[in-house]
Amino acid sequence: MIEIGLGHYLTLGAVIFSIGIIGIFLNRKNIIVILMSIELILLAVNINLVSFSMYLGDLTGQVFTLFILTVAAAEAAIGLAIIVVYYRNSGTIRVEEIDKLKG
Amino acid sequence: MIAHAIFFYSFSIIAVVSAVMVTVSKNTVHSVFFLILDFISISCLFIMIGAEFLGMIMLIVYVGAVAVLFLFVVMMLNVAQQKNQWFISKENSNHIPIGLLISVIIFFELIIVIGGWKYKPDLFDQGNLSIVNDVSNTHSLGMVLYTDYIHIFQISGMILLIAMIGAIVLTFRQREGVKKQSYLKQISRERAEGVEVVEVASNRGVKIDD
Repeated sequence: MIEIGLGHYLTLGAVIFSIGIIGIFLNRKNIIVILMSIELILLAVNINLVSFSMYLGDLTGQVFTLFILTVAAAEAAIGLAIIVVYYRNSGTIRVEEIDKLKG
Repeated sequence: MIAHAIFFYSFSIIAVVSAVMVTVSKNTVHSVFFLILDFISISCLFIMIGAEFLGMIMLIVYVGAVAVLFLFVVMMLNVAQQKNQWFISKENSNHIPIGLLISVIIFFELIIVIGGWKYKPDLFDQGNLSIVNDVSNTHSLGMVLYTDYIHIFQISGMILLIAMIGAIVLTFRQREGVKKQSYLKQISRERAEGVEVVEVASNRGVKIDD
């Protein structure tokens, strides 16, 4: 319990990953919170990669965390741009009312 | 070691609680603030575990750029005060129990995977130790990032460029009835069509029509 090992960090990553998935499924408000949940999921993946990298003594995990960070920033920018355009066209970003594609 | 445990538990409890608050808080601005808190505590964990460069980059990129971007969009779209019913849909759909079930299953699968590591503790002793202890974390990352991973590094730069162009193209719109400069028209103007030499007769003056 006192000895903090790899398992503690991986458990933290698992908890945050699951909270992100719950946030995607249970969201009823607006689609921005879904984007934030995706950021949480990427954060959990980063925790896993960094903790494995530090405990295995291999730098590759940290390098790939850097690239995940890049992709997450690009994804947030594109997603928010799409949300802004959608709001401008239809006036709402509530999850229930986004049904233009009839999915 | 006990200080390590205390810091780990405090930061991870803050991180988990703020992650829960991101998904359940009614005001979207509050969700963004809790997202910032989550990123800060996770980057503290990264710095504590020894990955200082990633922790700092995380602070700069996430808290400095991404969270501010989220805040901008939330303020701009005026959705912050949607105090609507929460977890209640218009029609009776059964997505909430299914979503909870899937999340719990994923969580327990991850826990089982992590528990499997406990029975093979000698796994961590092997592996090529590429982390040298006498150089700093940033130094060693820089040594490997610009040599072994240079192509992936440049591809990530291209991804950022494409994301920037995509965001600009998506949100750009031409407004009607706004007077603008036309650089092409200004540059391509010749002397012959801009200046006219007029012979002025004495005591007559010139009538300029334009």
